Parts: sequence; structure tokens; C-alpha cells
Amino acid sequence: MDYKIVIGLEVHVQLLTQTKLFTACTTEFNPDAPNTQTQPLCIALPGTLPVLNRHAYELAVKAALGLNCSIAKFTKWDRKQYFYPDLPKGYQISQYDMPMSFDGWLEVDDADGHKKKIRILRAHLEEDAGKNIHDESGRGEDSKVDLNRAGTPLLEIVSEPDLSSAAEARQYLDELRLIMQYLEVSDCNMQEGSLRCDANVNLHIVQEDGQIAPTPLVEVKNLNSFRNVEAAIDFEVERQLEEFQLTGRKWGDPGVMKETRGFDANRGTTFAQRGKEDAADYRYFPDPDLAPVTMTDEEIDAIRKTMCELPADRRERMRTVYELSDYDREVIMNHSPQLSDYFEETAKISGDGKQAANWVTQDVLRELNDRDLAIDEFPVRPVVLGAMVKKIVDGDLTVKSGREVFAALLETGLSGNSLSPATVDQIIEEKGLAVVKDTGAIEATIKEVLSRDQNAKSVEDLKGGKQQAAGPIIGQVMKEVKGADAKMVREMILKIVQDS
Amino acid sequence: MSILSTGAGELLAQLNRGEITSVELTQACLNQISQNDMNVGAFLHIDQDYALEQAKAVDNKRAAGESVGPLAGIPVAVKDVVCHKGQPCTCGSKYLKDFIPPYSATSIEKLQAADAVLLGRTNMDEFAMGSSTENSAFQKTHNPWKQDYAPGGSSGGSAAAVGSRMAPLAVGSDTGGSIRQPASFCGVVGMKPTYGRVSRYGLVAFASSLDQIGPFGTDVTGTAALLQALSGHDPLDSTSINKPTPDLLADLNQPLEGLKIGVVKEFQADGIDEDVISATDEAINVYRSLGAEIKDVSLPHARYGVATYYIIAPAEASSNLSRYDGIHYGHRAEEFKDLTDMYRQTREEGFGPEVKRRIMMGTYTLSAGYIDAYYVKALKVRRLIRNDYDDAFQEVDFIASPACPTPAFKIGELINDPLAMYLSDMFTLGANLAGIPGISIPAGMSSEGLPIGLQLLGPPLEEARLLRAARMFEQATDWHQKVPELVAQ
Amino acid sequence: MLSEDDIHKVAELARLNLSEQQISELRPQLSKLIDYVAVLEEVDTDEVEPMVHAIEQTNVFRDDIRSPPLPREGALANAPKTDGKYFLVPQIIEH
Repeated sequence: MDYKIVIGLEVHVQLLTQTKLFTACTTEFNPDAPNTQTQPLCIALPGTLPVLNRHAYELAVKAALGLNCSIAKFTKWDRKQYFYPDLPKGYQISQYDMPMSFDGWLEVDDADGHKKKIRILRAHLEEDAGKNIHDESGRGEDSKVDLNRAGTPLLEIVSEPDLSSAAEARQYLDELRLIMQYLEVSDCNMQEGSLRCDANVNLHIVQEDGQIAPTPLVEVKNLNSFRNVEAAIDFEVERQLEEFQLTGRKWGDPGVMKETRGFDANRGTTFAQRGKEDAADYRYFPDPDLAPVTMTDEEIDAIRKTMCELPADRRERMRTVYELSDYDREVIMNHSPQLSDYFEETAKISGDGKQAANWVTQDVLRELNDRDLAIDEFPVRPVVLGAMVKKIVDGDLTVKSGREVFAALLETGLSGNSLSPATVDQIIEEKGLAVVKDTGAIEATIKEVLSRDQNAKSVEDLKGGKQQAAGPIIGQVMKEVKGADAKMVREMILKIVQDS
Repeated sequence: MSILSTGAGELLAQLNRGEITSVELTQACLNQISQNDMNVGAFLHIDQDYALEQAKAVDNKRAAGESVGPLAGIPVAVKDVVCHKGQPCTCGSKYLKDFIPPYSATSIEKLQAADAVLLGRTNMDEFAMGSSTENSAFQKTHNPWKQDYAPGGSSGGSAAAVGSRMAPLAVGSDTGGSIRQPASFCGVVGMKPTYGRVSRYGLVAFASSLDQIGPFGTDVTGTAALLQALSGHDPLDSTSINKPTPDLLADLNQPLEGLKIGVVKEFQADGIDEDVISATDEAINVYRSLGAEIKDVSLPHARYGVATYYIIAPAEASSNLSRYDGIHYGHRAEEFKDLTDMYRQTREEGFGPEVKRRIMMGTYTLSAGYIDAYYVKALKVRRLIRNDYDDAFQEVDFIASPACPTPAFKIGELINDPLAMYLSDMFTLGANLAGIPGISIPAGMSSEGLPIGLQLLGPPLEEARLLRAARMFEQATDWHQKVPELVAQ
Repeated sequence: MLSEDDIHKVAELARLNLSEQQISELRPQLSKLIDYVAVLEEVDTDEVEPMVHAIEQTNVFRDDIRSPPLPREGALANAPKTDGKYFLVPQIIEH
């Protein structure tokens, strides 16, 4: 059966503010000390009133600009009303018909490798709910409510249904996360719930008569990792296909409603959720406690000016300025803006982007992973790594010796000593790793090694043009002359054999 | 003249001059309460020790020559809808029977900063919904003039406390007339300021875009002093006006020159009590005699005020009262089937009939399919009503009318006819819809011996002039000096 | 006249357990109110912007600066049921 997958994503991103959206209460992630981060407003105590956090609004504008959205000149706040224990006011302050931004887009690569624009319908600000902790004993005991998170600022980003595969959805999310991280709008830490995703999925099935039959729309809620988003979409595609073959039910048929499903990460399956009661009737109305926000072009421009380079621009620069492979570039950029900064500094100091990228993507990332360190905690700073890489670039240090130096630097740094470019020289000196440029000494050693009985066969082979016979000889020479450049040794051996 | 029959303005002056002490005055109020409140029912909560402690502290401050606040030593009763840290705040509701706020309203902090003596918490219609104070879950409040009559509402406890001279000043809240109507019924001064003049932070919300805290007093001067203390921009309230409050007392005794007072054609409707009509005419004559020009003005959309109000207020209320869900504070039903049933049963038990009626009305008008026809429509008519007032104030300085179409009605008389009860707000609720200030001042007595109030409405932010106009009337009449029998002469 | 079904639906949205007697009282009362407020239909409001706020202000912000939270005991003090750490509610059934 021929069909097209239609996916729209709703992403909630927690903004990096000190305080909640409408009250001066801290937003720190602190699930181990429940209900210690509330103020009267967070508990919806009678008489409390919301006052908008300016920084949250500015971050939202920045994020929206990063998503190529238009910024509303006038926006207002609406109450979305429903009863739930994690929603103490009985309504969520959100934006209904006049969101603060709209009409944006992001680019992904489609299946043929072409750039594809994914339209963004809107991005609006709203407050987060608290957290319900369900009794899983099966004994029907009370659920628990923690309001630490209640009122944290969220940006809800709603895409048009332009995504056609799980892979595109993944790319969209990767790019969205990068934008938020590069703009320092959100840390998008999924473990801490600062990025959450709902996926709307259905299929457009081409029937025998050429007519398109859309399957009933499904919203998979609360996907807490990008992998789960992909898995949920893949599962839904199969499930909806099967269901359609079985029932023939179409979106738009009488009685067909949007279905809300959950995702079981252990099984990789989605499951039907009992619909939130009255889901269809949130009774949105403008919040009389909050003033609307207006923005002039000048104010929007002022925020635009505070924005750093967007990931798409940076990616382009990485390609042209540092001549990175696509692979290296994605590894660095997708890791974090901090690693990108780290790389760029290293590349600048060393004067060689490719060499720097090798060190960053292999050695630095390996150590970060092994030691569970964030890049900001990594003791070998770019000024030191760059100095070391420069020595390699200049031919003063071999790559192999560089590994030793790097290990020594790391050890020194981790034991609490401060590092500087001078430390690099010091380690090279101590370990005698400097490239020996005294060709006389190397030549003498080569001649001595060549004259060894054990090498007679190799010398014969070399004379006969078998260049690979140089290998064992290079090894022996290098053993004698520490810090010699293997490439140079190889060339000298060949020349000496030829000349003899 | 006894301490109790002395006006609030004069009491403030006497305190300032050291002629009376705060302890004497506070004790006199407490005595009046203990002798009469069993018949009036104005107060829900009195802490005598706390009141006297505050009074003593102010007296000590004065005695030590320290500077004191503008309300230093004067007792103020507070409607049980304004949060005061550590004190009960029931809002007249069973739901909040045991609720103790862990924070104070900005108004309470301002009163404390002004060195007022917080005397006690007054009865009210549940969540300020009502016009008779009969909707309190705890007790009925009786009109101090005639005890089988209602004191008005929803701030009936505050009005009755001032009317029976248990407190020279009181704080109320006014969403559709809930200060001005009971002030009129109890023969005291009551004022609703411009929306946003007094912070709503800590005022338990009924209808957020209409609610406003305001003062009651035995006279205009005391009322002005109380409003002065309550007013001012509050960064904790997004709807608070970010403009300095003018000095309300400086020129209070200076009569206004060239005053133009408007009389609203559309207010001359059927169903207005004869005594009220003649008292109002008489009051307008007083202004005429003081040199005011009296002009007819038109508020063409005034007749839609009650309908507009009874869509907007319940809609906002239905939302504001969603927080009473039995989880984070307040009442929880003991028996229920599951979570949803816990909500339903808790709210069923926690709320009285009028509150439920309004929640139902508001939920209906906001629900899918109806919101445009009712709620959005009402917001549009609201703008037309506001425009009418703006136009009228191009012609005149103030608008004069009865505060209410009738003097106080009997307890129980209207309780089963919500619409008739709502119509008693017809003259007052326009000011809430338009956000403008209004004041009710004692201006007559009915043939049955019940007070009648005159309402003056002014343009936004014109509280100082409005109070001056009220003071002109007060200086020319003696209605404000009349006290009910329970005030021992 | 509102139907009994209307009343039930609204009561469910508002989370009110109304008795049959309350419903039979509320039905005519609400119907009368709804009929009364229908008078607004006669006002021409085609060109009129809804008025949400009594005083129209825009851009009211506060700075992103923390103030102390309530102590947990204070946050939970008025709650009908807690375990000293959390608010407790009857089991939430999600699926």
C-alpha cells in the first residue's frame, strides 16, 4: 500500500530563567526536595496575582527569532481551564489566539538529501504544571503532588504537519535543540524535563482509485527522548496501517476523534490513554490579571542584536573557515555550543581546523565520556590543547608523541595543577618527545641499523623496490632516536638505500 | 459627644493631638462590639488582645515622640477577603473555614505601615457574591438601623461595623457595588476607587477585572485618609496603576468651584423607591444651592449594565474559583469515589448556593459554543458602557444618582430571586465595568427610618475631587451624624 | 429554558455534584438569567473591541530576580492531606 507519513511536533522547551514565569520563585531542578520551591502563587493561594518575568519574555522572543518566526506586535495571556492535581489554579496561563510568535521554519534534509523547510505554526509562552507522582503499588494509594516545577516558563513550539518520516522528525528536533542551546534560551536537558515532545501522527494512504485516505489523527504524548520520538512514530505507522486495513476508518469519518496515546519506552509501543475529561472544552478566555504585551520593531531589533550566531550559520562557517568534514562538524556542533566554542579556539590557536577537529572529536570527547565530564570542566583548555596541536602542525611533535603529551596534560590538570602552553613544552622536554631535527644523528643511526645482520634481507628487498620492507627498519631507528619523525625517517632510509 | 459618635476624621485629629489614646478608642470599639455584635453580626473574627497590643504599640510610639503613620491608632475593620498573614481568611465560605494565609495582602501591609489598629475580620457574602451578606456560610449580619433588615453586601459586615460604630473605619471590596450599596444601606461613607488604584494582591478574587478594595468610614475625611493609606502602585499586581496617588486630604475641605453635576436620564427607571427618589432630588438641590450646575447626561448603554455585569463577573468567578479543588488548601470532602468525585463533592460541600449559581452561570457562558454569544459580546458592550462614561465626563465633573434603587430590604426578602437581587446593583455596577471611582454618602432617611445613600461617580483617577465633592455635601448636611439607636449617645 | 442535560454538562465542567433538588432549582434560575442577559443581542457591537481590563495597560514586567520560597511547612500548612513532603490526592488514574 502506498502511503505518506504526516507528522507534526509540539515541543515544550523550558526557558533558562532564574525565576518562574509569573513569580519570583526559583526554577532550579530539585525533585528530591519536593514542595520547597513554591511561593504563594505556585500553590494558587487565594489572592495571589501573576506578574510577567521580563527575561522569560525576551528569551522567548530570541528563541522565536531563532526559529525564523514573526514576533507579534500585540500578544495577550489566556486561561486554559481544566482540573488536575498538578494544576493548582484550575487553569494554566497560556496563549490561545494571539501567540507571541508565529510563521517560522526550520530546515531538515529529506530522504533524497535535499533541504526541506518544516513550517512552524506558532511558538507561545506558557507556565508549566507541577508533577504528579502516581502510586504504582497497585493498592490504589494516594498520588503525590510536587509543585516545585509549577509555573516554570515553557515555550511551546508547534510545527505544521510537514515532517514525513521519523528521521526527519529526529533532524527537526536536533536542529531545534541546537538553536535553543546556541541561543542560550534553554539547556534542553531531557532528563530534567526541560525539553518534552508530543507527536501528532497519521498516514495519507493512497487508495486504488487514487483517492487519499487519511488515517485517524493520533497524538503521542510526553515523549522524553528523541529516540522515543522516532520509535513512537515508527510504531504508529505500522499500527495505523494495520488498523486501517482492518477497519478502514478515516480521519473525518463521523465519530472519529483525535486519539491521545502514551508511549511505553520498554516495549517500544504506544497505548491508548483514557481521554482527559472535558478535553474538548478548555474555556479559554483572556486572563484579566495580566496586561497584554506590545513590541515595536525597534524592541524586536534590540533583542535580535543580542543574539549570537545561529547553528545554521555556524555550520556554514565551520565548513568554509575550518574545512571540516560533515561528520566532524556534526559531531562537534551536535555535542554542544560549548564544544563548538572549544573547538574553534583550539583551531584558531593551532592554525589547523582538521587537526584540531581530530583531537577534539577523538581524544577530548573520549575523555569527556570516560570521565563523565562536561566540556567546561575539562582541564585541558583550548589555549593549551591549541599550543600542543600547533607543535604537531609545525612538525615539532609527532601525533604519537602528542597522545603522550595529551595524557600527561590531562593527568596534571585533573590532579589540580594549572596548565598553560608552557606546560606543554615542559612535558615534551621531560619526556624527551621533541622531534629530532638533527639529520646527521638520524642518518648515522639509520646506517648503523641498516648494517645489522638481521636487516640484510630487508635491505635487499628495499633495493629491489619493495618499499614496505622499510617498516621494521623504521621501527628500529625510532627506538634509537626518540622524537624522530617517522615520515622523515622513512624518506631518509629510502634515500640512503638507493644511494648506496 | 461620645467617642463612638465622633466621626473618623475627628478621631484621627484627636489621636494626633493626644486628646485620646489608641487604647481608649480601641477599647471603646471592642466594648461596642461585645455589647452589640451578638445582634448585628458584623464580625467573624475578633482578637481583642491583638487589637489592644497594636493600640498600645502606637500609643507607646507616640509617647516616645517617634514619628507615626497617617492612620496611627485608629481601629480599622477588614472584610474577611483580604489576606493577613497568620489570621483567618474565610471569605465567608465553608471551603476556607480553616484557611490561614501564609502571606499578607499589600493592603494589610500598607495599613500596618500606616500604624492602623487592625480590629477584626468582618462578615461578607461568600466570596463577595451577593448584595445582602446573607450568603455568608457562618452568620447573618443585621442592619444596625433595623435588625430585621439586611446590611447590604457583599461587604455587609464592614458597613454594619462602621454603621454601628464598632469601628470608625473599615476595608471592603467592591466588584459591582459591594462597598457603595452596603454603605448606603448602613448610612456610612463607602468608596470604590479607580480600578488599579489599590493593589489587589492578597484580595481573594471574585471577578478580577472588576474587583477593587476600598474604604468605609463614618465620615468623608476618615474615608479619604483610609483610601490614601491603601492607595499606590504595587509591583505585585500587574493591573495596579503605575501613577502617584494625589494627596487626598490636602484640599479636602476646599469646596469645588464651577462644579457641573450630571443626572442620568436612563437611570430614571421604574422600580425606584419613592423615598430614594426624593432623597436624591433633595441631595441634588443641596449641590445646586452650593453653586453647582446640574445637567442631564445620557448613558445610552446603561440599561445593558446588569446583563453585561452578570455575564462578565460570573465568567471570571467560575475561573477564579477553580482553585478550590480540595487539594492544596481548604476543605476536602470525606467521602468520594475517586479523584474526580473528590473534586465534585468537595466543591459541592464547600460552596453555598449563590456561589454555585454563579459558577454554573460563568461556566456556561464560557463553554464551547457560547463564549462568543455571551462573554465576548459582554466585553464589547462593556467598552460601549465605558465610552458612555467617557462622553458624559466631557460634559460634567461627576454623575449623581441614588446608590441603590431602594433602602435596605428585609433579610430573606430577595434571597430566592437572584435576578431581583442583581437588579439592586443597577446604579453601582457601571463604575466597576468602566473602572471609574464612585462614592456613596449618607443623604437621607426613608420613611421607615432606613438610610439612603447618594452615589457620585467620577472620571478615572479623580478620587481627590470626588472626595472633595462628597465633603462639600457633608459640610452642608448632617446625615452623616445620624447614628442608629444601638449607639449609646 | 436550559435542558437538564445542559445543567448536568455544565455542572460536570465546573466539578459540582448537584443534587436533583438543586438542579430543579437551578434550571429555572439560570434559564431566567440567560434569558435576561440575551438583551445584549440588540446592541450592535460589530466594530467594537472587547474590553478585558478596566484600565488598559501594557508591558507590565518584573525583573528575573529570586525572592525566597515558602518553607515547605508553610506551603503544606493549609493542605487537607499531606505526608509532610507532598500534597496527597486520591489516586490519579492515567490509563
